[in-house]
Amino acid sequence: MSYLFATLFYVSLGIFAAGLALKLRQYWSVPAPLKIPTTPAPITRSGVVFRMFREVVFFESLFRATKWTWIFGWMFHLGLALAFVRHLRYVVSSDFFIWPLINNWLVQFAGQYASLIMLVGLLGLLGRRIFVDRVRYISAPSDYLMLILIIMITVSGIMMSFIAPIDVVGLKAFMVGLMVFDWQELPSSIFLIIHLGLVAVLAIIFPFSKLLHAPGVFFSPTRNQVDNPREQRHVADWARSLDLDSADQSSG
Amino acid sequence: MAKPDFEIPELKADTEAPAVQEGTMSHSSPFIAKPEHQRPLSYPGELVEDWHDRAIAKMSDLLGKYRSFRVYLDSCVKCGACTDKCHYFLGTSDPNNMPVGRQDLLRKVYRRYFTLVGKYLPGLVGAQNLTREVLDEWYSYYHQCSQCRRCSVFCPYGIDTSEISMAAREILNDIGMGQKYCNEIIAKVFKIGNNLGLPEPALVDTLEGLEEDVFEDEGVEVKYPLDEKGADVLLVTPSADFFAEPHVDGLIGYGKVFHEAGISWTLSSHASEAANFGLFIGSYENMRNVSMRIREAAQELGVKRIVFGECGHAWRVAYSFLNTLAGPFDFLDPKYPIPQHILEVTHDLIKRDAIKLDPSANDDIIVTFHDSCNIARATRMGDMPGGQFVIPREVIKAAVNNFVDMAPETIHDATFCCGGGGGLLTDDLIELRVKGAVPRMNALKHVIEEYGVTHMAAICAICKSQFTKVLPYYGMGMDMIVSVHQLVSNAIVLEAKQ
Repeated sequence: MSYLFATLFYVSLGIFAAGLALKLRQYWSVPAPLKIPTTPAPITRSGVVFRMFREVVFFESLFRATKWTWIFGWMFHLGLALAFVRHLRYVVSSDFFIWPLINNWLVQFAGQYASLIMLVGLLGLLGRRIFVDRVRYISAPSDYLMLILIIMITVSGIMMSFIAPIDVVGLKAFMVGLMVFDWQELPSSIFLIIHLGLVAVLAIIFPFSKLLHAPGVFFSPTRNQVDNPREQRHVADWARSLDLDSADQSSG
Repeated sequence: MAKPDFEIPELKADTEAPAVQEGTMSHSSPFIAKPEHQRPLSYPGELVEDWHDRAIAKMSDLLGKYRSFRVYLDSCVKCGACTDKCHYFLGTSDPNNMPVGRQDLLRKVYRRYFTLVGKYLPGLVGAQNLTREVLDEWYSYYHQCSQCRRCSVFCPYGIDTSEISMAAREILNDIGMGQKYCNEIIAKVFKIGNNLGLPEPALVDTLEGLEEDVFEDEGVEVKYPLDEKGADVLLVTPSADFFAEPHVDGLIGYGKVFHEAGISWTLSSHASEAANFGLFIGSYENMRNVSMRIREAAQELGVKRIVFGECGHAWRVAYSFLNTLAGPFDFLDPKYPIPQHILEVTHDLIKRDAIKLDPSANDDIIVTFHDSCNIARATRMGDMPGGQFVIPREVIKAAVNNFVDMAPETIHDATFCCGGGGGLLTDDLIELRVKGAVPRMNALKHVIEEYGVTHMAAICAICKSQFTKVLPYYGMGMDMIVSVHQLVSNAIVLEAKQ
């Protein structure tokens, strides 16, 4: 079982990293030929950074759109972020300089109870998907399965955190061992197997699914462009050839 | 107004999301372009035999050219934030008119041909083959989007349905399935210089007529010059301004402003159109070809500045794209924004007391203002974000004493499209236009009842034409709609200097 999970860990992380890298390269290499920021938009680069910060941290646009989706979506993502930080204790060595930032009462407490916030958020989102007719209409099987997958990860985590504690020292040894290719025994817990197995599945499907919204938002031209088309000429490489064509015509 | 063969929605105090009703607008589809409309735009005359392969190839081409298209097809999480934001959904209940529903018509094909999961497990992610039925669905519903970008304001990733609908229309054009209304008009611009096909002599006639009318009314010789070399300003305005009501009253107003400020200006017969329907069909090349006429006219006439008249999507192409498409404009005077909006000019003149307005001239009316979608969400005026909301209102308030805004959720960047934008201002789509106007009509009706509003000012030729047509369906007068520069025209004090 330990070897199976070690392999799964490497494979899923490999697919996640390679798939995401390819996607990022693709997004990076496709130009935005026209200035299309949704206005009013910032007129400076630092203004755009601030806009993106508000969008990514507070979900500003979603807040304006629908309060229910915002509250559930934000609870889920906030909980996810807190839980993620708490999980760093399984992979960060205790002599590493950030250790005190992770291994303290506040972060661990917040991270533990964040799982409950996550769960409420996820159930709220699932509820909207089922009960709001407009959202039901646009939902494909994958949209439900994605929520169910993350709910199962959350619930299995909650079980280990609150109800059926596992050998966390052994888990840390297993995780750190994976990183230095010194494979250790995985503590035995059905919840841990479910938890890690599904996280691996999530990592594998990440680059092939709507989870691409996470990098996607940073590449969104309506959000990341500076509103300065009159001041600065903006031309994509493929469009530059049109300029050259007409210059040829007018000169000859 | 002919008796409609569809039910006219009842207006309510608030616009609320209706229950989903599938297929209510599946019959709506504009006339298909004929070969003579297609060819001047370099598109095949009719549906090509290998349309399937060619459509997929075109999609692949666009995925490599437009980051928006690529990123937006991947990023949607189906959160539903946009589902109640489109005026066409609010007016028709058809789920394919929810922004995400509309995007999914294309996204399902993208997933089938361009994503791993869609290739092998299509049912899981709702992926579908491109069939003739899907193609017809595209043609119908991508011509039910006015590309107003209201959805993009509310999307947590800024997904802009107009980018998808423009790409869809470009694919359709590329396989020979263009829309008659847009393509016929673009061809007219290439041939004659404007959307309405008004040749130079007709323009000369019209402008002389205007000069006579203004002289009769005001006793002042205001000039409306055409092709005058050496003028400082080239005014590019939608051709509707040359003859349609209430548009022409706006043109009269621009002329009075220039006259009173002592700015020498001219119109151009070569670039006698501010509108650029190349935007609506998503064609960079055609949009560029139309834009180049403005550059050519400016060079030919030797002007120092380019100013645009009241037109929504035209201001988008001018403000956001003109520098990209037809720049650099290093032959113009860099002291002025290139290009400039007529409202920026008038606003500045009012601020500097270079022209005088007497708002009591408009004391018989109570005015509200319709923010045009393209101006509100795709452009700016002045030097601060949101100037596109402030400047028109300040000009209106300088010209009238009684001004009231509509409900906050229906103005500024949350404004509702008039229902006729994006190349849909054609009689073959009248049902869509009437139903799509519902959210704006609701908001307007409210201020009429609450504050006695008598007129709605707009700064877009499409809005003006659309409202003129649609207001009577809702029992309101077609002459309620006015140009902002019509208000200026009424209020401006002409001191008869020559």
